[in-house]
Amino acid sequence: MTAPTAPPELVQLLTPEGERVEHPDYDIDLTAEEVRSLYRDLVLVRRVDLEAVALQRQGELGLWASLLGQEAAQVGSGRALTDADMAFPTYREHGVAWCRGVDPLHLLGLFRGVNHGGWDPYEHNFHLYTIVIGSQTLHSVGYAMGIQRDGAEAATIVYFGDGATSQGDVNEAFIWASVFNAPVVFFCQNNQWAISEPLEKQSKIPLYKRASGFGFPGIRVDGNDVFACLAVTRAALRNAREGQGPTLVEAFTYRMGAHTTSDDPTRYRVADELEAWKLKDPIERVKAYLFKNQLADQEFFDKIDAEADQLGKDLRARCLALPDPQPGAIFDHVYVEPHALLAEEREQFTTYLAGFEGAQ
Amino acid sequence: MTTLTLAKALNEGLRAAMDADSKVLVMGEDVGKLGGVFRVTDGLQKDFGEDRVIDTPLAESGIIGTAIGLALRGYRPVCEIQFDGFVFPAADQIITQLAKMPLRSLGKVRLPVVVRIPFGGGIGAVEHHSESPESYFTHTAGLRVVACSNPVDAYTMIQDAVRCDDPVVFFEPKRRYWDKADVEFGAPGLPLDRARVAREGDDVTLIAYGPMVKTCLEAAAAAEDDGRSVGVIDLRSLNPLDMPVVRDAVNRTGRCVVVHEAPIFSGLGGEIAARVTEQCFYRLEAPVLRVGGFSTPYPPSRLEDHYLPDLDRILEAVDRAFGY
Repeated sequence: MTAPTAPPELVQLLTPEGERVEHPDYDIDLTAEEVRSLYRDLVLVRRVDLEAVALQRQGELGLWASLLGQEAAQVGSGRALTDADMAFPTYREHGVAWCRGVDPLHLLGLFRGVNHGGWDPYEHNFHLYTIVIGSQTLHSVGYAMGIQRDGAEAATIVYFGDGATSQGDVNEAFIWASVFNAPVVFFCQNNQWAISEPLEKQSKIPLYKRASGFGFPGIRVDGNDVFACLAVTRAALRNAREGQGPTLVEAFTYRMGAHTTSDDPTRYRVADELEAWKLKDPIERVKAYLFKNQLADQEFFDKIDAEADQLGKDLRARCLALPDPQPGAIFDHVYVEPHALLAEEREQFTTYLAGFEGAQ
Repeated sequence: MTTLTLAKALNEGLRAAMDADSKVLVMGEDVGKLGGVFRVTDGLQKDFGEDRVIDTPLAESGIIGTAIGLALRGYRPVCEIQFDGFVFPAADQIITQLAKMPLRSLGKVRLPVVVRIPFGGGIGAVEHHSESPESYFTHTAGLRVVACSNPVDAYTMIQDAVRCDDPVVFFEPKRRYWDKADVEFGAPGLPLDRARVAREGDDVTLIAYGPMVKTCLEAAAAAEDDGRSVGVIDLRSLNPLDMPVVRDAVNRTGRCVVVHEAPIFSGLGGEIAARVTEQCFYRLEAPVLRVGGFSTPYPPSRLEDHYLPDLDRILEAVDRAFGY
């Protein structure tokens, strides 16, 4: 048994009940339209996720990594980015992809097995999903060093989870970002669970405190509070762009679903925990805020729900219509320049396949 | 023509590449002020500045991982891994990211990153400083793997590797760093994926790369005294293999011996033997033979002369090839 502990200190601007609260270091001034727009993103992102889980259950996707519960962390941070900033996701940043304008169909294509990603990272400044844990943190720091060399007004943001903080690459990325003063924001979504391993298996101290050992600021934010995530990420990105170096943001949140559709969280965590976090839902608190302050009426909420249903329906139809790649696609894009071995294997395989043509 | 050591030829090649393209960067441990532990990057930081010749933290995965990020931003990083045995912390970034990201993007991402690795033994070093890890990388699709053997090739191959839009793992024969040859600045070399006929021969073909090319040439010269005409192929490119050049040579001689320092088991020699057997079957007078390292970790330096293929072991294999 662990002793009951006080709730962790974190930046919060909107309580789970939908009350706006002040923070001495962070503030945000949002118009009613902006709040409604954030609400819309949160709902649509959750709907994309729900549809994807359903598609996996029906055998249309091989796997899906649900973001359920992490919508505010992703939409808040994603909406803080400028067009020139570059985002480096894990495989769960469907909400950030949405904010960057990436068609969710691309995400489904990866989990359906049509390709390994395939979107153009430069089109929306949203890098490809990285599945090996933590590798992308180094890529983001290298990219940020490129921004420095270009003299550009931009920063990178890199996403990773609580489990990733144990990876060597993440710690190397902290060191590099620190010594080169790279314009990067390390955005750690601490969703409390690395598949079955709770945070205690990764760290004896709060994750955001790690930053001080590397020589840059760390801050913990309520990861279920979209206002706070937006405010804190905006500030960290601005500092990075202005030459003040990296920041570690720990978004304190909760993975409401399984690690992926292949996982069964009932084997390792208790139902009470989930129930407690349900009361801190990232969407409900924005809805409550909009209602209480009469910034939106029922008609608005109904309209967003209808839009979400239509989005899910369209996405499902487009997913089912995704063609399987042609066999020869195995050989495409492995190399940019001609490669004799691949050319030989492609030719042999094509000839082999041609042998079946016309056969019964 | 200028007489250069292999290390200096690489240095001049890097200098030419950096002059030709402002996006070319050099990065690694001690590559700046010190000029690298083998002085391959000597003077580059002084001439091109700290933004282009970057002394990195002591973390190999970090070197490759951040090089990938720089390449994503349009740069062409040339990374130095200080010694062969130190590459493994970076293996994850090389194998799971560098090699695969262009495919992951369906060709939208290019990663023109060069990973320079001094490799091989023969310098009396401590553990981890004499290894030949090339097969780990030739087995990884998405990487090009090359090895230079002499100053002339070193000068052109490093420039071609930098110009290549695919990732290139570039092996440098560390015990040949001090070998000298006349190098002509600005002269083009063979394409990066081509093998070179280092010596014509009619009776048997030796196939080698990196440090073993010189050893094979010495063996060929010695065999000539015995009345045998021994040819030597310098592969240069280990992935892809230039099979037409290999095939032409073996079809002519009917005998083939592959020589490398790396352990024979699961080594490049096995791949070459299989391909030569498939492609030259009716011309072979003997099985393809292999001379290489034992299936042991690289031994302490007082034993390395027994481990490394030398003139006698190569000639013994040549004799065996005539025994069939």
